Amino acid sequence: MIKKSKQKAESKFTFPKTPTGVEGLDEITEGGFPKGRPTLICGGAGCGKTLLSMQFLIKGITEFNENGVFMSFEEPIKDLALNVRSLGFDLNQLIEDKKLVLDYVRVERSEIDETGEYDLEGLFIRLGYAIDKIKAKRVVLDTLESLFSGLDNEAILRAELRRLFYWLKEKGVTAVITGERGEASLTRQGLEEYVSDCVILLDHRVIEQVSTRRLRVVKYRGSTHGTNEYPFLIDETGISVLPITSLKLDNEVSSEIVSTGVKGLDGMFNGGGFYRGSNILISGTAGTAKTTIASYFAYEQCRKKERVIYFAFEESPQQLVRNMKSIGLDLAPYLKNGALQIHSSRPTLNGLELHLLTLRKFIKEFAPTTVIIDPISNLITVGSEHEVRSMLVRLIDMLKLHNITALFTSLNKTGDSLRVDIAEESVSSLVDTWITVRDMEGLGERNRGIFIVKSRGMSHSNQVREFIITSKGVDLLDVELGPNGILTGIARKSNQIRKKAKALKIQSELEWKDREIMRKRKALEANIEALRNEFESVEEELNLLKSTQAFSAKEASINNNKVKTKKK
Amino acid sequence: MAEEKYKFILFVSGMSVKSVRAVENLKLICDAHLQDRFDLEIIDITKNADLAVKYQIFAIPTLIKVSPAPLRTLVGDLSDTPKVLRILDIA
Repeated sequence: MIKKSKQKAESKFTFPKTPTGVEGLDEITEGGFPKGRPTLICGGAGCGKTLLSMQFLIKGITEFNENGVFMSFEEPIKDLALNVRSLGFDLNQLIEDKKLVLDYVRVERSEIDETGEYDLEGLFIRLGYAIDKIKAKRVVLDTLESLFSGLDNEAILRAELRRLFYWLKEKGVTAVITGERGEASLTRQGLEEYVSDCVILLDHRVIEQVSTRRLRVVKYRGSTHGTNEYPFLIDETGISVLPITSLKLDNEVSSEIVSTGVKGLDGMFNGGGFYRGSNILISGTAGTAKTTIASYFAYEQCRKKERVIYFAFEESPQQLVRNMKSIGLDLAPYLKNGALQIHSSRPTLNGLELHLLTLRKFIKEFAPTTVIIDPISNLITVGSEHEVRSMLVRLIDMLKLHNITALFTSLNKTGDSLRVDIAEESVSSLVDTWITVRDMEGLGERNRGIFIVKSRGMSHSNQVREFIITSKGVDLLDVELGPNGILTGIARKSNQIRKKAKALKIQSELEWKDREIMRKRKALEANIEALRNEFESVEEELNLLKSTQAFSAKEASINNNKVKTKKK
Repeated sequence: MAEEKYKFILFVSGMSVKSVRAVENLKLICDAHLQDRFDLEIIDITKNADLAVKYQIFAIPTLIKVSPAPLRTLVGDLSDTPKVLRILDIA
């Protein structure tokens, strides 16, 4: 029978697997637990062994239509049902529907005496009975090791366990066996010796007061699997595991443009905004209006009927809304109609992984088109650079996969301007667009300047633009060029005044010249008049002379005639 | 001294070697010490799996002494006679 199942596995290229239905775990194991074979889940106390195995059973019933048997050696049925009830699983209903059998095997050392040889046939029969009753495909044994504390004869137990695992394989059920973590070995009783097909190790670790649960596939016979340690989360819907690098860089890209919400900023990008699905980093020192720009973006997206989720690690939602209202940005209506969600929490509340999982969960539930994280640099307080980077990579991957436009803000440390900040350094190569807001000090004042460091796939302005925040909102001022570059603040104003004075001067000079010419013209005209008068008088004189001469000539001719006649 | 009757339930699985040995051992003990003062019920769990669940049986063979109180559970083929006698509180 064992041979048969092996042959079966060989003849197929894909290893037959049973999906666990636990979010993320199927990705790590590339399909689930080995079908028809036992899988060992081991880990210390309180790391979620029982829950994981229970979820495996319940998901099997609800999602894959595979009935299950849960054999508990630790908790009575009532307790079990109650425990998972808080996670939204109703065991009693499943039992009634004949899809689940819970069997509690009580092994109480004080009540049992050994009087010779025995075997665990009773266990086999109970298990077989339960499996046959509902035609179960999945079996959980939680925790077999309790047998070792109840019975003395280890030799018998070991032989019987070996037989049990063979028997389970023969039955063709996919079994999950849980085991308490031992000091030197994976399990206290060395169960891994028997169950060698698939071993999963759960771990609950506290680093710098922040606890993280992790899962690792120690071995998986006949299949490849993710080898890393993967963080997992237990919350009100059960366990979800987050694979670190399950994504390839093959997500779809969009060439649609989304507006930044700030008019002047749009103008700095050749395309008029960000690409949809890209991620944007706004970095800057304290008080450079990163949050304001982020809120503007959020507001703009809400206005366009998109769904926005805003993770604030510094401010409470109320505070954010109030602060934005002071610059004329009213987020409250969008909060009310559900277009905008603001989640506030302290970064130190959770470990990085938990943060990531929470983000992921919210994103999954809310299905936003835009995500804002303000600021990501705060997360660095929780983990080391490497951890932060790996978390951000995963976050960005996830957002890209869903074509979600993401905007991160990052707080730079002031003073040390030569060294790039961890947050900045870890994200800068990942983001598509990087905008820096900075202080520009000089002439006894501080001004804000904004510029684009990079923008993948889009040409952009190379200018440092000054921007101001008024009660009416953010305004990017037009570039003011001075002799030594771009001017801001007072320099801008003095330059403007200087320019104005210059213009005034030219204006008055012009006017003066105008008047001058007018005067000249008047003088000229007067001269002309005088000359004309003179000319006229001379002309008149001439005419007078001419007429007197003509008159005297006439007189003379008349007199001549008279003389002539007299002479006749 | 009016002695109470002993009531035993012996759980066996089919005709396995250990089960048969347990039945034989128990019969020897009872015949030697209890003559007619006992009731013995033998349950074959291969046929009555639900009873195995009911009585919390996981090892075979298992002997349960129902009365007189206290209730005792003996696991094994009962080959350790002195121990069996001591636990069952038979003189």
